[in-house]
Amino acid sequence: MCTPNKRTQWMEDLRDFRRGRGFSKKVLFNCCLVRRVITWASPKPEDSVEDELELSTVRHRPEGLEQLEARTRFSRKELQILYRGFKNECPSGIVNEETFKDIYAQFFPQGESSTYAHFLFNAFDTDHNGSLSFEDFVMGLSILLRGTIQEKLNWAFNLYDINKDGYITKEEMLDIMKAIYDMMGKCTYPILKEDTPRQHVEVFFQKMDKNKDGVVTIDEFIDCCQNDENIMRSMHLFENVL
Amino acid sequence: MAAGVAAWLPFARAAAIGWMPVANLPMPVAPAGKNKRQDEMIILNVSGRRFETWRNTLDRYPDTLLGSSEKEFFYNEETKEYFFDRDPDVFRSVLNFYRTGKLHYPRYECISSYDEELAFFGIISEIIGDCCYEEYKDRKRENAERLMDDQEDNKDAKPPNMTCRETMWRAFENPHTSTMALVFYYVTGFFIAVSVITNVVETVPCGTSPNQKEVPCGERYTVAFFCMDTACVMIFTVEYLMRLFAAPSRYRFMRSVMSIIDVVAILPYYIGLVMTDNEDVSGAFVTLRVFRVFRIFKFSRHSQGLRILGYTLKSCASELGFLLFSLTMAIIIFATVMFYAEKGSSSSKFTSIPASFWYTIVTMTTLGYGDMVPKTIAGKIFGSICSLSGVLVIALPVPVIVSNFSRIYHQNQRADKRRAQKMQKARLARIRISKQGTSNAFLHSKRNGLFSEAPEFTSSTEEDQRLNKSTSLLESQHHHLLHCLEKTTVTSPLNYINHEFVDQQYYQQSYLEAGLQNYPSRSPSLSSRDGVSGTCCTRRSKKQHAPLQNASGPAHMQPLTQVHAHPRGLQELSTIHIQPLSTSRSSLNMRVDEPASLNCQSSQITTAIISIPTPPVTTSDGDAHLRAGPAHQNVVKVSAL
Repeated sequence: MCTPNKRTQWMEDLRDFRRGRGFSKKVLFNCCLVRRVITWASPKPEDSVEDELELSTVRHRPEGLEQLEARTRFSRKELQILYRGFKNECPSGIVNEETFKDIYAQFFPQGESSTYAHFLFNAFDTDHNGSLSFEDFVMGLSILLRGTIQEKLNWAFNLYDINKDGYITKEEMLDIMKAIYDMMGKCTYPILKEDTPRQHVEVFFQKMDKNKDGVVTIDEFIDCCQNDENIMRSMHLFENVL
Repeated sequence: MAAGVAAWLPFARAAAIGWMPVANLPMPVAPAGKNKRQDEMIILNVSGRRFETWRNTLDRYPDTLLGSSEKEFFYNEETKEYFFDRDPDVFRSVLNFYRTGKLHYPRYECISSYDEELAFFGIISEIIGDCCYEEYKDRKRENAERLMDDQEDNKDAKPPNMTCRETMWRAFENPHTSTMALVFYYVTGFFIAVSVITNVVETVPCGTSPNQKEVPCGERYTVAFFCMDTACVMIFTVEYLMRLFAAPSRYRFMRSVMSIIDVVAILPYYIGLVMTDNEDVSGAFVTLRVFRVFRIFKFSRHSQGLRILGYTLKSCASELGFLLFSLTMAIIIFATVMFYAEKGSSSSKFTSIPASFWYTIVTMTTLGYGDMVPKTIAGKIFGSICSLSGVLVIALPVPVIVSNFSRIYHQNQRADKRRAQKMQKARLARIRISKQGTSNAFLHSKRNGLFSEAPEFTSSTEEDQRLNKSTSLLESQHHHLLHCLEKTTVTSPLNYINHEFVDQQYYQQSYLEAGLQNYPSRSPSLSSRDGVSGTCCTRRSKKQHAPLQNASGPAHMQPLTQVHAHPRGLQELSTIHIQPLSTSRSSLNMRVDEPASLNCQSSQITTAIISIPTPPVTTSDGDAHLRAGPAHQNVVKVSAL
């Protein structure tokens, strides 16, 4: 409504006017008000039209079915099913973070899933261009559903490592944990206390951080997970999803 | 779950692998996918026009005809298609609903045929998208009103079992219902006219006595007029009493405008009877007779137009108020100006500012009686400005009032808006309830123990059947996802602080209790594990505790598992005793060792728990036995959202 340069412009105008004509400040303020109102009421200047044009022309077409079949471990039929669902929800062919958050929120009606969705989005968006295309989507799914244990654990590590520097620090883990707990929402029994995520992080680090240096590296992570029976078993849980 | 989003469920489940390294407990077993018929095309033959779609498109909404097994009734073995003998045009909208998740109402379609089709296919009309909902509701309302009007016209035989009182009221309100009512209507109308004319003629001078001045007829024929007046007042009194007797709500009737007019019309007569012919009060008595003119307002019962005029004035109150206010302002300004302008002139009629008010009013309304005129030049100038501005000020609000009148005459807009607001609120409430249904469905499934806790638990066929009956595959997968999340948020296997989804009502209650326990300074730290784990373990093993001694609700205060329950229980739970002295959050669940401390020192605080109407699916008993829950579930749950 009132951009910074406009505001300074008005201020300058005001000062000049006052100096020149010696009117009272009140009168000028009223004039300013009128101008402000007019600016607010009038349509926005040209950049908005361009924005709209830009959005409508962004349309992404994925690579051919054969290439995708080669790059991922899905069969042709499975790719077809995946694409149909994908295109239904996002006709333009790409998912931006907002849509992603919306979609994910539908699965967790009781909680606040936008933080975790944000992390997920970054994990899927491997080329970090701010939007998820069908290829990113399908590559991620291929690892999660059809990948080896190593790849899956790698993917999970990548998810936890927020700044992608190869180490999971306690702060990063705490962020992730809080995001997961947020998804539970408020209506839980027993009520989630403030430091539950922190305690959970402590337990996690006790388990994973073998050399007690305060960070978890990829090797420590994979080692520890491979030795944990529960985790191994749960990794196979979703193999029949598609 | 929305249509498109259902397709993303595999993605959400795959992403759940991100929780696995963090979880400390084993995850529940995933529901077995049914035989892979997912990629199958279905042919729907609607009156000869063939529609084809994927099977899982239709499966998105399992509580409609096409999404459930009900469509098997329409399966044609020879042609291997589903045949429906319905309108194919409307079916297009219905099928698009499955495809896109939004139901649209085509404008060219008749509202009742559309409604019938929706009812046939088991789709509730609240799901109509916002783009088409207004239109749909408008058409529906118009249709209903038209039908009602038709019915009213045909309504001549009164319902048989109406009491005498109801008959009378109906006769009063609508004179066309019976001959008696019509007679009564005309008789009262006649007497109102007679009374008014009497009042008028009473004051006409009617001939002179030889030695006196002209006397009005009222004083000449006192007896006659008195008799006439008495007769009219009798009739009015009887009418008023009969209306009072017949009114369904006497209090409301007495407050209504018409009854006040009735009372004001007949009261002066009785007051006159009571009062003696005293010198002092006769003046007041004369004034009271003025109120007899209010009898003319009784005609508004007989005239629709008069009622609308009154209603218009009432609804234009703000415009009238504006008119009055601006006029007052202008009068004061101009009166002051004129007074000071005319002060100098001799023999000026403008003796004071209030005296100038009269001049200003007469000039502004362009009446111009001429009894007060300005004589100085300044006075004349300001006088002319006054009359010009008067025209403007009065002319402005008048068109608004006129347009209001015409608007109200054609359409009763205010009542419609209120009705629409109510319907909008009701609609939102219905949508909210059905959204609740999805989360409550999860809780319900959990309670019924449909989830296997340990991975080694192989589902027996009976379990499978139960699974098939109660939830669709989509639902069970979604619930499995939520269950995995629950399992993830466990800090350590030793403590078993298993956070579970609960419904909002229980959360409110336990939250409130936890909050109120902060008041006393001696509330122990809430991190005491024993109490909490005791609760969880208790819950896990579903033990029954001794009920709280002071508990207000009966069995509902008992084990946790019952708390989720019972639509009726919602109300009962709203008075719980909050004890300032209890030691932990779990006191709600009855620590067996301290029944004594929960005594009358506790203040009974009625918690304002928002009773969200849980669908009747919730179990009322703590034990997880499966009732005919699944049958209900299909009816209540709307997974369309």
